[in-house]
Amino acid sequence: MKKLIVISGLLLLPTLALAQEAEVRLDSAPVRNEPVQLQSGARTFVNYCLSCHGAQSMRFNRLRDLGLSEQEIQANLIFTGAKVGDTMKVAMNAKEGKQFFGVAPPDLSVIARARGADWLYTYLRTFYRDPSRPTGWNNIVFPNVGMPHVLYTLQGEQVIKQAKPIARPEAAKEEAAEEKGEHSPQKLVFEITKPGSMTPIEYDIAVADLVGFLVYMGEPAAAERHTVGYFVLFALFILSLVFFALKQQFWKDVH
Amino acid sequence: MSRIISGLTALQGWIDARFPFTSQWKAHASEYYAPKNFNFWYYFGALSGLVLVNQLVTGIFLTMHYKPDALLAFASVEYIMRDVPWGWLIRYMHSTGASLFFVCIYLHMFRGLLYGSYRKPRELVWILGMAIFLCLMGEAFFGYLLPWGQMSYWGAQVIINLFDALPIIGHDLSIWIRGDYVVSDATLNRFFAFHVIAIPLLLLGLVSAHILALHEVGSNNPDGIEIKKNKDPVTHLPLDGIPFHPYYTVKDSFGAMVFLLIFAIIVFFGPEMGGYFLEANNFVPADSLKTPPEISPVWYFTPYYSILRSITTDYMWIIRAAVLVMAIAIFWSVKTNWIRWGTLGIAIVLALLSWVLDPKVWGVGLMGTSTMIFFLMPWLDRSAVKSIRYKGPNYKFAITVWVIAFLILGYLGTKPVSDVRTLVGQFCTTLYFAFFFAMPWYTRADKCKPEPERVTWK
Repeated sequence: MKKLIVISGLLLLPTLALAQEAEVRLDSAPVRNEPVQLQSGARTFVNYCLSCHGAQSMRFNRLRDLGLSEQEIQANLIFTGAKVGDTMKVAMNAKEGKQFFGVAPPDLSVIARARGADWLYTYLRTFYRDPSRPTGWNNIVFPNVGMPHVLYTLQGEQVIKQAKPIARPEAAKEEAAEEKGEHSPQKLVFEITKPGSMTPIEYDIAVADLVGFLVYMGEPAAAERHTVGYFVLFALFILSLVFFALKQQFWKDVH
Repeated sequence: MSRIISGLTALQGWIDARFPFTSQWKAHASEYYAPKNFNFWYYFGALSGLVLVNQLVTGIFLTMHYKPDALLAFASVEYIMRDVPWGWLIRYMHSTGASLFFVCIYLHMFRGLLYGSYRKPRELVWILGMAIFLCLMGEAFFGYLLPWGQMSYWGAQVIINLFDALPIIGHDLSIWIRGDYVVSDATLNRFFAFHVIAIPLLLLGLVSAHILALHEVGSNNPDGIEIKKNKDPVTHLPLDGIPFHPYYTVKDSFGAMVFLLIFAIIVFFGPEMGGYFLEANNFVPADSLKTPPEISPVWYFTPYYSILRSITTDYMWIIRAAVLVMAIAIFWSVKTNWIRWGTLGIAIVLALLSWVLDPKVWGVGLMGTSTMIFFLMPWLDRSAVKSIRYKGPNYKFAITVWVIAFLILGYLGTKPVSDVRTLVGQFCTTLYFAFFFAMPWYTRADKCKPEPERVTWK
């Protein structure tokens, strides 16, 4: 049986590839690594993501990296009975998740490393109303996604309006590039039908913070890695010089 | 102070009476005479050894925290990355080391191709080295499954399914390898066993044999001439040789520092290496029900993967033509009767098989051949000289074309297939094999320059 499933999966491969290769130009996610920004991202994460998605590899108290104390974490970011040393387990179980959404919501611990910041940043901003979907929501970068737009109270509701390029400063440049056949920017315009609690700009910033947090969570040691890296490079550079001098000294008598 | 020294000397005497310590140190280091004209290419043997040590040491620490269990493996890697003190460093050193191992080994092997290091009397050094290369590919393949990401899982699935293509035994063989009908917990456990103990033991044994064989015959050098031919009449030491220790230990230490500098830049500032060392898709846990749209091996396997993908039904005509040409060429050039008729027999069998067997089987066979054909180098190269410095235009042209074909194949292996890419791949596959199969003829006909009496130096 298992084998049959795999084989049928393999047969579906080409269509799958077609479905996923819907060429969407991703917006580039702004770099967010200031503690305040990451804290804001963490708040959005625990409020909106953590009820369905887990982050099983991430411990709450690791958030001290963001400049928070354990008390602050316990008071502001933990809504379940979890202890501060626990990992971010999902409240809903996987079986229910599968029932609700057709697929169990993936763990988000390393989602930023799998998808990339740009993908997440674009994905979270391109949900639109689509009555043909069971959830009533669809997405540009992940067509027919099982996840509804959980941030709609913030962003509001939008529908797709196929029309002129998005009015952004880069639009003209992109059009010129497109004429040369370099790439095709998404010619989609959203129309907000029901405003949310945030303005579009506020929402973009909130999503940028959230993505910044997901990137941080993908590799909490990244900052430490860079700091240690400079010391190691410096030490190895000095050692290279020392060994070069040593080599020259020894090799003087080779004729 | 003098008491300490006399104490140490006494200890050395005590050991030497029971174990060949000093004599081995002399034989392999302080009195092993290596040519003095080693150049840049000669760093990569020692560097491969350094990376081997890195892999073993970091591997031991990873094994302390990693869980070879389909349900726990993926999370245990993330546990290492987050909760184990300095775990991220150990893991990145191991993952970066894996790729740089291949960088070093490829450059080390290419040095052999440049300077004819496989030629008599170093055939066994070369063959043992090739065995190390094959073990290393196995080690990398087994290890790549362990993080249990999507690419780990489906990469293993694709490669094991290659065995499925083999006639008669193929299906059962692939199940036997997996221990299940699909890649599963059973597969993960056995791959773990191969990765952490079976192959490393083999590798260590082979590396020791490789070095022993090398020290028996002595190192080659960029001039491809034997330094043992010119010995000091009094001391009987090679005139162009210098003791490995301290000259090459100190030189290789310098090389090691520069190498570690590059290593550290990757580990600390780009461990994913743009997706070539750690693929994005491998941060998605393995899912036997979700085939990723693109399955591509890690960069060091891509040339062979391209060769596999190049063998299509149309390409079988190229193979048939190649078999015919080879048969005629051997029949023409060899005067020994049993070889001539044997060749004819083999050619007829191959021609028949080209219709009987599926092109996929040929693909698997040729992919295997492409990694193992290096074994034959000592007998394929018929040049009058060893080093490319004195070889004629034929070999220089052939190896240039081969390197370009190898690089293009490697690039194509990272990309999805398309009609044009397949054609280019097939063209490069043909060039890749032509380099080896035509070698006896073009090297024999080469106009080589005379070798110098003594090594060229400074």
